Amino acid sequence: MRLIVHNMLSCNIRGVVNKFPLRIEPEKIIVKEVDFNPDFLKHMIAKIDWKALVDGARSMGYTELPDHAPDTTTLESDEPFLRKFHHSLLELHLEEGSLVCSETGRKFPVNKGIPNMLFHEDEV
Amino acid sequence: MANRPELLAPPEIFYDETEARKYTSSSRIVDIQAKLSERALELLALPEDGVPRFLLDIGCGSGLSGETISENGHHWLGLDISASMLNVAVEREVEGDLLLGDMGQGLGLRPGVIDGAISISAVQWLCNADKSSHEPRLRLKAFFGSLYRCLSRGARAVFQVYPENIKQRELILRQALQAGFGGGLVVDYPHSTKKRKEFLVLTCGSVQTSIQTGKNEHDEGCSEDDSSEDEESGMVSMSDRNRPKKRQKPNKEGKSREWMLRKKEQSRRKGNDVPADSKYTGRKRKSRF
Repeated sequence: MRLIVHNMLSCNIRGVVNKFPLRIEPEKIIVKEVDFNPDFLKHMIAKIDWKALVDGARSMGYTELPDHAPDTTTLESDEPFLRKFHHSLLELHLEEGSLVCSETGRKFPVNKGIPNMLFHEDEV
Repeated sequence: MANRPELLAPPEIFYDETEARKYTSSSRIVDIQAKLSERALELLALPEDGVPRFLLDIGCGSGLSGETISENGHHWLGLDISASMLNVAVEREVEGDLLLGDMGQGLGLRPGVIDGAISISAVQWLCNADKSSHEPRLRLKAFFGSLYRCLSRGARAVFQVYPENIKQRELILRQALQAGFGGGLVVDYPHSTKKRKEFLVLTCGSVQTSIQTGKNEHDEGCSEDDSSEDEESGMVSMSDRNRPKKRQKPNKEGKSREWMLRKKEQSRRKGNDVPADSKYTGRKRKSRF
């Protein structure tokens, strides 16, 4: 699971208010290179919850991201930032570990990079 | 299909390890999935600006459709309920991210993050109540509601479905419309039992372009709406296991020119290559033929 997906996943348990983001408890992280495409990054940056990305990256051991995303106007020329964004968003993979709902503490295990988001009958 | 998989078992049980491998190694299935995925991507009408998008593949299985998405330059997230199918996807090293989840429980994705969604041969599984606590309508509601929310404005969802009958197709459509989607059904090759494919094209937000028309035998558009007449389905309301068999009546009068012209026209409608009719069609030949 990459951070781009983590940035979209929320906890679907009935009644939970604080569904997003899920806390990452990593056990195994790998890095897989992906082609750098600034167009895609510029397209996605508007949709990304920046704080969740920074926190998520930090829990995966990557601390290079700035606390705030730069202005979209300066984005074009800011390649070093785009590279960091690219790396954290698309190249860090959580292979083994769990995602934890901050409100209920419910753990969603991640195996072989696949989070198990199957809810029990009484949860939804 | 002689036996619809969704009548045999729930998807996470039907698609066990053996079935998952069989499915993915069948070259016929791989080919069909690739074609269906290409067509679904076409119907998504993503802007042709060369910018990769982030798509959702619902019921991604072993990643066959996902590969088509990657080949078209987009990133994707695949959701499936069968761990065995997803494991095959991991083995095949697909480029998309995978989630083990039940679409009937809601997608659980943040609003507006998805640029488009496709689903190849998966949504009909929602119409079966596989557990006693399931109520298909509620599951469809949870699915379409959560899908509508996570799609960005103007994004589309394209589902290739094999509905069991008209009722099922209408149930799916109704739930989609209730969730706020617009759109309709696109049917390719409506007259051919073999080639016929149905795509549910759903739109949310303002629609600038019109829904594409389905393909027919001349590969031109032919308009189809939800109430299109379908010769094959709607006749059997019970499960298709007991489909009445067609009785072939041998024609005692022989094969006249009229009969020949009729058969040729039928074949043309199915989309086959048929020689043109001329004064020689059905002409009596010399005895040595």
